[in-house]
Amino acid sequence: MSLVMDQEHTEPGIVLTAAQKRQRRSRSIAIALALFVFVALIFAVTLVKGPGVLVRPL
Amino acid sequence: MSLVSETAELAAPLPGACAEPSMAGAGDYLALMKPRVMSLVVFTALAGLAVAPGHMHPVLAFFALTCIAVGAGAAGALNMWYDADIDAVMSRTADRPVPAGRVKPGEALAFGLVLAGFSIVFLGLMINLLAAGLLAFTIFFYAVVYTMWLKRWTPQNIVIGGAAGAFPPMIGWAAATGGIGLESILLFLVIFFWTPPHFWALSLYRTDDYFRANVPMLPVVAGSAETRRQILLYSLVLAPVGATPWLLGYAGLAYGAFAVLGGALMVALALQLYLASEKTAEPSAKRLFAVSIVYLFVLFAALLAERALGLQQFGIPFGRVFA
Repeated sequence: MSLVMDQEHTEPGIVLTAAQKRQRRSRSIAIALALFVFVALIFAVTLVKGPGVLVRPL
Repeated sequence: MSLVSETAELAAPLPGACAEPSMAGAGDYLALMKPRVMSLVVFTALAGLAVAPGHMHPVLAFFALTCIAVGAGAAGALNMWYDADIDAVMSRTADRPVPAGRVKPGEALAFGLVLAGFSIVFLGLMINLLAAGLLAFTIFFYAVVYTMWLKRWTPQNIVIGGAAGAFPPMIGWAAATGGIGLESILLFLVIFFWTPPHFWALSLYRTDDYFRANVPMLPVVAGSAETRRQILLYSLVLAPVGATPWLLGYAGLAYGAFAVLGGALMVALALQLYLASEKTAEPSAKRLFAVSIVYLFVLFAALLAERALGLQQFGIPFGRVFA
């Protein structure tokens, strides 16, 4: 391990306020939901279209 | 100087590079997508999709509408990114996420671009390339042609730019059929000619906002009287255009009745606004603005209802002019 990585971080860094944590949590939940809906939609469309899922008309 | 110490120096944060943590919530990103505009886009796209000939699997139809909705949201986010300076000085828009400082301009831009890319690519991969191409063109037209060019340049901004809002039924039709039919062009024209009376009625009682923001809306450039005259002229065009899907046999009697009565009401309100004095113009403009929303909603709802109930056969005796 390098010397740099061994050094302890003494800087406090960014400390989120309660409001910022709340907003970050709401963003995280929204991203999770969006990903879930996206995967579910692609899965459903794949089931409907079957093996020729990427065969499409112009 | 050793390699380790050099690395440590490089790893140190640059002054000012440590960005303030974002205060944007999920609701702010939803607001960037202009959900009210998005709902109108989805509704008109659904009408275009539903009245198209043939059958589309409900899952594919839902997927296509989701892509169109996300594409509309992308266009809204790109609009808010570019127009943040204008939005900041207008009372109606000052609390939008970017001018209010909750979302950074770069975040709004990235959000809009990612949504646009996803919606276009997946509409093209899963439905068809024509629908994806039309969606891409619509986003480009709204975000670049309207927002970046027309809006700040000409009082005809919302007339030409209105085409962006008129494309969704055509995209819905293209998603269902893979082509562009005359009926989808008629639906395009209905929204296209509806846009000027709708937005100019709004701008009549928001003139100060547009003046402060230096946006050359018609009331700012040509005055209230000329705007009211233009509203009347466009309403006179809108009324018959609104009835064409029925007149040409593509819609049933219910649509025809709503189109004729609604068109007459739009013309009557536009005439009332035209004849109003400067003092009474504002309530007339607000009334026309509200009625214009109901008018468009009822027309497209009638199309959907007729399709759902199978009432399209009770059309005009002119018959379907173009099969």
